[in-house]
Amino acid sequence: MLRIQCPWCGERDETEFRYRGDASRSRPAADAGLAAFSAYVYERDNPRGWHLEWWLHVGGCRELLRVVRHTLTHEIHWVGAPGEQPALPQDGWPQDVGS
Amino acid sequence: MRGPSRIARGLLTDAAQPVGFRFDGRQMQGLAGDTLASALLANGRPLVARSFKYHRPRGIVSAGPEEPCALVDVIGSQGREPNRLATTLALHEGLVAESQHRWPSLGFDLLAVNDLLARFLPAGFYYKTFMAPGWAWERLYEPLIRRAAGFGRLQAIVGERAAPAETVHDHADVLVIGAGVAGLAAAHRLGMSGLRVILADQDAVLGGGALLDVRWSAWRQGLCAGLAALPTVRCLPRTTVLGAYGHGVFGALETLAPAEAARFGGLRERLRIMRSRRVLIATGALERLIAFPGNDLPGVMLAGAALAYLRRYGVAVGRRPAFFLNTDEAYESVLALRGAGIEGAGVIDVRANSLAAERARALGVEVHGGAVVDGVGGGREGVRAVRVAQRDGGHRRELKADSLLISGGYSPATALASQLGAGLSWQEAIAAFIPDLAPHIGRIAGAARGVFGLAAAACDGDTAARAIVADLGRAASTAEVALELPPDPPVTPIDALWEVRGRGKAFVDLQHDVTAADVRLACREGYEHVEHMKRYTTHGMAGDQGRIGGLVGSAVLAQARGLPLSAVGQIKPRPYTQPVPFAALAGGEVREHFKPRRRLPLHDWHEAAGASFVSTGLWLRPLVYSRAAGWDPVLHEARTVRRSVGMTDVSTLGKIDVQGADAARFLDFVYANTFSTLALGRARYGIMLREDGMLFDDGTTARLGPEHFLVTTTTANAAAVLEHLEFHLQAMCPPLDVLLTDVGDQWAQFAVAGPHARQVVAALVTDLDLSNVAFPFMAAAAATIAGIAGRVFRISFSGELAYELAIPASHALQTWSALLEAGRPFGIGPYGLDALNTLRIEKGHVTSAELNGNTSAHDLGLQRLLKQRGDFIGRTLAQRAGITAPDRLQLVGVRPVDRARRLRNGAQLVAAHSRTSSLGYVTSSTPSVELEGWLGLALLAGGRRRIGERLIGTSPMHDEATEIEIVSPHMLDPENARVRA
Repeated sequence: MLRIQCPWCGERDETEFRYRGDASRSRPAADAGLAAFSAYVYERDNPRGWHLEWWLHVGGCRELLRVVRHTLTHEIHWVGAPGEQPALPQDGWPQDVGS
Repeated sequence: MRGPSRIARGLLTDAAQPVGFRFDGRQMQGLAGDTLASALLANGRPLVARSFKYHRPRGIVSAGPEEPCALVDVIGSQGREPNRLATTLALHEGLVAESQHRWPSLGFDLLAVNDLLARFLPAGFYYKTFMAPGWAWERLYEPLIRRAAGFGRLQAIVGERAAPAETVHDHADVLVIGAGVAGLAAAHRLGMSGLRVILADQDAVLGGGALLDVRWSAWRQGLCAGLAALPTVRCLPRTTVLGAYGHGVFGALETLAPAEAARFGGLRERLRIMRSRRVLIATGALERLIAFPGNDLPGVMLAGAALAYLRRYGVAVGRRPAFFLNTDEAYESVLALRGAGIEGAGVIDVRANSLAAERARALGVEVHGGAVVDGVGGGREGVRAVRVAQRDGGHRRELKADSLLISGGYSPATALASQLGAGLSWQEAIAAFIPDLAPHIGRIAGAARGVFGLAAAACDGDTAARAIVADLGRAASTAEVALELPPDPPVTPIDALWEVRGRGKAFVDLQHDVTAADVRLACREGYEHVEHMKRYTTHGMAGDQGRIGGLVGSAVLAQARGLPLSAVGQIKPRPYTQPVPFAALAGGEVREHFKPRRRLPLHDWHEAAGASFVSTGLWLRPLVYSRAAGWDPVLHEARTVRRSVGMTDVSTLGKIDVQGADAARFLDFVYANTFSTLALGRARYGIMLREDGMLFDDGTTARLGPEHFLVTTTTANAAAVLEHLEFHLQAMCPPLDVLLTDVGDQWAQFAVAGPHARQVVAALVTDLDLSNVAFPFMAAAAATIAGIAGRVFRISFSGELAYELAIPASHALQTWSALLEAGRPFGIGPYGLDALNTLRIEKGHVTSAELNGNTSAHDLGLQRLLKQRGDFIGRTLAQRAGITAPDRLQLVGVRPVDRARRLRNGAQLVAAHSRTSSLGYVTSSTPSVELEGWLGLALLAGGRRRIGERLIGTSPMHDEATEIEIVSPHMLDPENARVRA
């Protein structure tokens, strides 16, 4: 069970949140075309290491959070609002991650 | 009657309190404080079970939850409960238990023939034998195997009379698991340093190894008293930590003591969910067995268990025990039994000599150094002789003995640490793996990390506690415990011995009947990895998870592969660390507490009006205002709407208030149609897509102000739509000026539908001109409704002239009553979900049966709603050929050609000439009010092109095949004349 440090509510159980996917990707421009949207919706990396993710606090403040989580150890390195710049873990991202 | 083998005073038993119990129909007596196992041993019963596969006679092997053999069925007020461990089951007056795996009786078991057939029942036997034909598995093999195998018989009482259980949440700075000397010392230091501590131990009393050594009594009692005096420390005996779930979350099962159970109305177990900042694992080490022929005979027991039965319960497990061991630590049992006056048959020590052997010899114990046991004489009534061989091939001898107490060394209990991702490293000095935990998770102390010896473990616990205090940024208390630690004796190290080869079965897993030969067979057949070997042989897959033989199996595998044991590793243990009753996992979330139940603001009114209710999601909704079965009451309600006027409670609809300067822009983005062009005081039907282009939800949205909209969602998707909107709003860059508020519970909403709806609503709404010109179809306005400030929407799901009235939920009854009153001249009546369904099917409106996540706007004929200009969620992927293809399942109407026949939801649509390939299926169906016979909606391949065709609707479940006519889904009033009336 993950325990997520919500910046607004404090530390809460994973069951209060809904995972909303990879936060390093952004929605393609309206005219980007089928291939770009297919990639956005269907293609997923499965990194071993740090991962930037969306978590929505549905059972709390309803704020959307960005979380840096380690996919192997589940360790959470950073939690912040959508506009904030995530703190980079010492051992870095497993691959390039936009922000 | 204390039992013939009760030779001393036990630490836990009360000689003044006899307790009567029955085992396999025989009445016996034990003492208060006994476990079933200690009471059986006190009564001199070596045989307590038959084994799982070979039905070999088995006795009690251990004195704790690691027990592989002494599983019993307990028969009580809660029915028959299988697989209780005799070694942890507290004895109580009137306990009735029966042995397992025997037929017809424990002494004479017909299936023991399996033991003689063993050469034909190798590991993997089931996989190899019960292969073909396929049908035989379900009908023949499985019932046979289940009768022969199986673990006990379950006849539990369920339902209203089932035993209560509860779930409790605990929070602490540090969870200390295990209250042996390391755990006690650690909890004391942590508590003294001001941290909130939970100390959990599976045992009924705290102390672990200190309970078995009289020199440690004063220290143990002093520490326990010290802990009791610390306000921030909670001691939880009888509490087994079942699993580690990361981020400091642990699950634990507390078994209540009889007195506490009585105080809580018979509550037996308590599931504890613990959250802590750090964990301190002090779970100790488990004694291992040695694989040698006959190591499963009743009377063969772990040496440490014999010590526990003597110290804790005053029971001697034999009058003439032989010992087979390879460590100095195991001599504790030798010396303790000797001290209690038991003349042993001798000690067989794998090592040629050792410090402990010298100490034992000085007391007159016969020690055979450099020797092994390679056979055991005896039968179902126990051990009679032990065959001893010198390791150097020298002379053999046979010792007369009535029990054999074995010890193959000690393995740290690594299960919880492994679940937390601990690395394991091989320690040659103790011949075991020890775990290493990351400091931000916690520490491991004492025997759990291979620090053996009580004094050493106590010091290690204290050191680990100080480290945790520092990790948490606190200053550790420097107060010293004014109690001396009895010194650990110097020891000669272990000489690792895993298996003695010889004639006969040598078991590595006693619960699943896995032998060393089975492990070698797995290796020969290619299952070389320890986890593959586990699955092939089932070694370590039983309820005890191979606690006492797991590493032995790994060692046999390592030898077969020619690798060091450190390279082979050990089986990964998984949650739960011990079997858990389902009732304990369910806790209080049973029956009416299984899930929350949402009631409408007018629930009591609906109930009083005679409604039958249906659960939709969490909601309880009126289905029909009648308790009678059949369609008549439903059609009566629907007919009232079509002919005059009816009213229904639609308060379950999701309602989301959308406000802000960018509200219209945001709705344009999340809906497939346009809302920025919606005029003030108007509503519009909208569809929402997922980003993959499929339909997500539908509903009407009204514009209440220039920057103020009210979105309604389907009942089923209310929470999902809000989440969808919140996510896209907040993830958008740059952020829009929009606020979303869930107002679903704040507003009650009623639909008033039928040709007379205007007259009824007009009687309540005095400040609004409801004429068709002033308030046309899809108009929306704030209004005073029977004196209450509310909203009126002219929208229709039924296909009739209809209004939906929204009022604050607390005024629901007042408005509802006023509507009934105003509608009385027209014969108004309430209608339920069934009638609502009848009305919308006639009209061709879709619900979740059609909006099922697999349909697109094109499929449902809603493609004209997809806006041509501007971006919206799902826009690009909704244009994919695969989603717009004309041969996809499309929405159509269906009617039986023979109007007297009925339709079935789920009936498959097939062509008359090819009845095996489905072209689609019926999604919704109802008898009609306005048209003759039944009507339905269906999803049909290329459906719109097939309108006018005839197909067969087949429902094999009902043995029905009905000729069906494909029609437009808009079966009633396709011109929308009624809604615009």
